[in-house]
Amino acid sequence: MASKQPENSLLGPEADSQRTLYPNVTGTSVVALKYKDGILMAADMGGSYGSTLRYKNVERMKAIGKHSLLGASGEISDFQEILRYLDDLILYDNMWDDGNSLGPKEVHNYLTRLMYNRRNKFNPLWNSLVLGGIKNGEKYLGTVSMIGVNFEDDHVATGFGNHLARPILRQEWHENLSFEDGVRLLEKCMRVLLYRDRSAINKLQIAKITEEGMTISQPYSLKTYWEFSAFENPTQGAVGSW
Amino acid sequence: MDLNMDLNAPHSMGTTIIGVTYNGGVVLGADSRTSTGMYVANRASDKITQLTDNVYVCRSGSAADSQLVSDYVRYFLHQHTIQLGQPATVKVAANLIRLLSYSNKNMLETGLIVGGWDKYEGGKIYGIPLGGTLIEQPFAIGGSGSSYLYGFFDQAWKEGMTKDEAEQLVVKAVSLAIARDGASGGVVRTVVINSEGVTRNFYPGDKLQLWHEELEPQNSLLDILNSPSPEPMNI
Repeated sequence: MASKQPENSLLGPEADSQRTLYPNVTGTSVVALKYKDGILMAADMGGSYGSTLRYKNVERMKAIGKHSLLGASGEISDFQEILRYLDDLILYDNMWDDGNSLGPKEVHNYLTRLMYNRRNKFNPLWNSLVLGGIKNGEKYLGTVSMIGVNFEDDHVATGFGNHLARPILRQEWHENLSFEDGVRLLEKCMRVLLYRDRSAINKLQIAKITEEGMTISQPYSLKTYWEFSAFENPTQGAVGSW
Repeated sequence: MDLNMDLNAPHSMGTTIIGVTYNGGVVLGADSRTSTGMYVANRASDKITQLTDNVYVCRSGSAADSQLVSDYVRYFLHQHTIQLGQPATVKVAANLIRLLSYSNKNMLETGLIVGGWDKYEGGKIYGIPLGGTLIEQPFAIGGSGSSYLYGFFDQAWKEGMTKDEAEQLVVKAVSLAIARDGASGGVVRTVVINSEGVTRNFYPGDKLQLWHEELEPQNSLLDILNSPSPEPMNI
């Protein structure tokens, strides 16, 4: 296989390693918020291959240890690699057998270092991550981008969610949301993303993490509304327009 | 993102458009998604545009280019109809589209499907892809979503269908393309043209058949969680 090494040699020997130049199979937005008992996170189950909606059963949210939940958008193979790294991390932590376990804050910090160090080597993991969890009553929700930008907040989103979901969350989120209100708010965000994000598919999961543990819902679809009278004959008054 | 992309390869266009002849006329179909990059600018667009009372055109590719071409052709056809003293034929409409597409081939990025009915030839479909080739076909498919339909039409297309069979075929095809093409989506619009006139139809996204790995839409997860569990079996 021909090497894709660029002409300039500033990047050093690359014959052996593969770097992600561009993503191949990608997941779209992840949206998450803090609620009364912990964290709620939503993501659709799509794996796009360019503009083709190729895979429709991809789980983009996974439990990490006892206290955390990781959601990822971007390159799916890089997400799977991150899960391997975290597996090792949690295993190592468990082997101490000392009654302590890594909380969401610690996992978020690990991920930040991981993403930032890869970015510095010009070989990024092409993901935007959302890390949420609760430990000893303390809720935590943070995000890390592929270049290592990280922060924590009461509600976060990746990708298109930044533009479409966050304004809704800013308006409607409040402290101590009930489970029902949290789910409804996330569904409102996911429905807008379904209308307006080309890579969104109508099959999503909502994951919940509380002191008791992590549960992830069965895959389901949202109803969409198309019955506005303006949609039926939009060009009646302006033939040839869109 | 592929920096080594061949800049001479034809651009794949957002949209799924279809034109099909049947025994008595034609059925035109299209999705309703217009995108600016990855954002859906209009989720309920109307891509089937009128040229005359009896000839319509399905537009794909650049929204601006396709609108301009169809606006000019509508204008020329209007004058032509007055001069001729009777409705223009589908062939003339298609040729005017071809004239503009061909002579501006380096600047335009639009693929069009012209369909209509006239008293001389009956129902006719003409495909006019990038570059301005004119090709008369019993059925035509276009736009990025059409990639997913070549196999489907190879199998499902039949000569001499009825009006309802043809329309169901078009709706099914656009719906299948929407399921796999990110650049297609929204509602399915159809236009049926025959000797009796023109009928517009509208099939909203939630009324279409479900395909592989698609699920029945729900109001909310809460409805699923609150629904009663199935009865235990009596052995």
